[in-house]
Formats: sequence, structure tokens, C-alpha cells
Amino acid sequence: MVSPPLLSVRNLRVRFDTPTGVVEAVRGIDFDVGRERLGIVGESGSGKSVTGRAVLRLLPASTTITADRLALGDLDLLNADTATMRRVRGRRISMIMQDPKFSLNPVMTVGRQIAEAYRMHHRVGRTVAKRRALDMLADVRIRDPKHVYDLYPHEVSGGMGQRVMIAMMLIPEPDLLIADEPTSALDVTVSIQVLAILDDLVTRRGMGLLFISHDLNLVASFCDRVLVMYGGQIMETLPASGLHAATHPYTRGLLAALPTIDTAGRDLPVLTRDPAWLAAR
Amino acid sequence: MISVHHLDVSFDKVRAVNDVSFTVASGDTYGLVGESGCGKSTLLRVLSGLNRDWTGTIEIAGRAIGPVRDKAFHRQVQMVFQDPFGSLHPRHTVDRTLAEPIAIHGLDNAEARIARVLDDVGLGPRFRFRYPHQLSGGQRQRVAIARALILEPSILLLDEPTSALDVSIQAEVLNLLARLRAARDLTLILVSHNLAVVAHLCNRLAVMQGGAIVEEMTVESLRHGAPQHPYSRELLQATLGYHRPSDP
Repeated sequence: MVSPPLLSVRNLRVRFDTPTGVVEAVRGIDFDVGRERLGIVGESGSGKSVTGRAVLRLLPASTTITADRLALGDLDLLNADTATMRRVRGRRISMIMQDPKFSLNPVMTVGRQIAEAYRMHHRVGRTVAKRRALDMLADVRIRDPKHVYDLYPHEVSGGMGQRVMIAMMLIPEPDLLIADEPTSALDVTVSIQVLAILDDLVTRRGMGLLFISHDLNLVASFCDRVLVMYGGQIMETLPASGLHAATHPYTRGLLAALPTIDTAGRDLPVLTRDPAWLAAR
Repeated sequence: MISVHHLDVSFDKVRAVNDVSFTVASGDTYGLVGESGCGKSTLLRVLSGLNRDWTGTIEIAGRAIGPVRDKAFHRQVQMVFQDPFGSLHPRHTVDRTLAEPIAIHGLDNAEARIARVLDDVGLGPRFRFRYPHQLSGGQRQRVAIARALILEPSILLLDEPTSALDVSIQAEVLNLLARLRAARDLTLILVSHNLAVVAHLCNRLAVMQGGAIVEEMTVESLRHGAPQHPYSRELLQATLGYHRPSDP
């Protein structure tokens, strides 16, 4: 049952050199991602997005990434040269960003962007790439792929833009998909459709998914396992179904602070942060 | 306290608000929920006087109001915006931000009013001479609330006041709003895409879709009986997280 993990991370640290000093955004975290949906939750500044970007080494040059191990299967991501990283990005690990508006090329039709993503990693002609892109658009449940293929990003809605981005990220058939708040710029009803597509594709293709989100309820219901991050460290790792039975005071505090339709008229418990959570390591 | 009848707002060809009518009693907290583009924020901007192009009737405290508002209106109705990073002047200190409404309305005791409102929103005097960039998101939203409260309005319009904030900070701001509402006897209108936030703070709410109110209900009935309209049910479902299609 236990297969070797796709991605293995040990003692990952990310430091930013800023004019006002060194900021350590990720402070020694360990985790593995297999063919599963692993969620990372945390508040802004907890280091969850930086972790996702560090895996792809998509951080500014002033950043120092260190780790005892940062590996995709047998490939050492930490010491891979730029040419190798270029082959990894998209082909083996791809990433979906929060807002399709800022992540798609505004002067290129969405269809060509998807076809380009395919041709980047596969030696095929234009016609084949176009056919694959149309199939992929159909896969992300776009009703009229031929029509959408020729649209520019500003002509599609937010939900459709996010589906286009998913299509573009999945067309090279990566082993691992990193999704950084893929639905938080979308309306609830649209985001449910997008999640269903992700869920379906992950299950069908046996991909690993690293799902980064601030939304505890969403992660608890969508993922298999959850890492809870705070201050650049992992507070605890839980099975997603057990998130509501979390024991760490930080996770408990976050859950209690969520308003629900049953909390009306009561004060919400406010999170008190304990410096001891961030034990030096 | 607030009554709106047959309100219509159009932008070029788009009808952003379509024949909306509702009333809010004094002391009520009324929620407007819906997705982006449903017209909820436009509705709030019409009420606050930021959008002057509308038809229909609006009455506040029994007095019909038109597109252009006078000073007395603004003493009675104030607004808090979504983004605490965008709604405060970056080069004005908290003190100057709070002093401006006092100067405009020619009120006395500026000193005491500022000190009091800062205490009321839980910031205290040490924040008085800071600039927005020296404050966290939650602290900025407290300043925005203080700016709205300094004229002692009876109606507060809140446009997604917590959606730019982390959950733990959101809880603090929601508690603060509930406390101020009780202490100052405020009537609130809260616009949000988050049904849970609306249900937490409001006693009545309207679900909007495509510029129209599709359903109006009390939070009590939201909690007990399932909402009637399929769209309201969908929103309620979404607050509970993701459901695999294969799930029963």
C-alpha cells in the first residue's frame, strides 16, 4: 500500500533578504506528498504559499532555500540546474495560481496558450497540439471548446479563466499539481464546479495534489490529509476528516473563530497566540 | 428606519439592480448576500450616496432622500469599505483621518471625540499618530470603523468588512461590530458573499442574484427551515465545504 512519495521535503527553510533584515518565512518543515490530496492551511504570512513556490524554486533571487531533502522521486530539486528545473516545471510539477486574470497571457488566445503548454513538453505539430488543447478544454467541462479556444483571457469569466488555467497546467500531464488558493477569487457556485473538476482529474490520472488554502472547511472536506502551518512551521498534520477533532490549540482556535449560521448572537472566541508554538528548531 | 422601494440601477446596458424593495427596522442588522455582480455592493453605494444614478424611492427615518445628499444625511449614515488597505489615506495619520469628518461637520471637542472613538474600537491612544502602513489589516479596519463612527451615525453600511481579513482577525472585527451595535444602538446593513458571516451578525437577510432579491428571510428561519429558493440552498451548502458528487 505504501508507495514511495512523489515529493519528499525534509527541513525546508526559506529566507528572504530584505532591506530591513532577514525574514525566515519557512522554518524547517517536513512533509511528503503521495498520490493524494494534501492540503496546507494557514493564515496569511504562515508560509504556505512560499512553501508551494519553493518546491518549484519560483522565488526571487534574494531568497535562500535550504533543505536536507527536497526531492521529486529521485530528482533533487534543490540542486537541479535551471535547464532541469525548466523541464520539471509544467511537465512534472505544475502550479495553479489564485487569480486567472493575472496569470494568463492577455495578448494570446486561451487556446493557443494551452497548445503552447503542450508543445513545450511534447514534440508534436500544431494540429496535434490544437486537438489536444480542444480535448483538454472539454475535459475541464467547457461546453463549446472550439469557441472558447479563440477567446482572449479578458473575454472569459473568472470561473472559465480558472478552468482554462487548469487545462493549461494539466495538459503536459504532470505528476504533481500545486494549487495555491485556486478558488478563492471565484464565486461559491463556480468554485464548487472547479473543485469537482480538480477532484475528478486528480483521481482519474493518479496525480498528487498540494492544495494551499486559508479555508479550513474547504480543505477538511476536499483533501485527504492536512498540514496546518503557522509562523513558517507545521503545527500539526491530520487526516482531513479529523480536522474538526484537531488537538493543537492553534487549529482549535482557528476553527472556533469561524462564524457559522449557529453562532449568531454570540461572541466568537478570539485566537490567543502562544509564542511556545514556535519552538526554536 | 430604512425603506427602499422599486429601486433600479443601470450601467449602460446592464441592469445592476432590478426592482429591489426592502425595509430595515431600527436596531436591525440586515444582510445582503450574493455573488460578485449580483448588485449587492451597488445597492449599498446607492444608499450611501456614492452612486447618484438610480430610480425608485428611498426613505431614511421617514424622510425621502434623493440622489444628492446633504451633511445631515452623512451624520446619520456612514459606510465601512471592504479593503482596509485601500480605504485609508496612506499619508494621513489615524489622527488626521479621524479629525477630518469633525472639521467638515464643524463639531466641537475633536480631541475628546477622537480619544473616545479609538477606545471604542479597541485601539487606544497609542495608535493615534500612526500611519496606515504601520498598522495590520485588522487594525486598519478598526480605524475605518472609527472613522465611520466618529460622527455618531445611527446607520452603518458595511461592504464586505471582513473579507480581506484572516479568520482570527475576522472574529475580532465581527465581535467589535456586535459590541458597537449594542452600545450605540446602531442599525446595520451588511453586504457579504459569505453566508456564514451574514448569518452570524444579522437578524434578517436577503439573497440577491442577478440584481434582484430572490429570497428574504430571518436568520432564525435560515437555521431551522431550509431556505426555499434553490440558489439560497446552494449558498448554504457551500458554507459547509466541498461535497463529492458521489456523496449521498
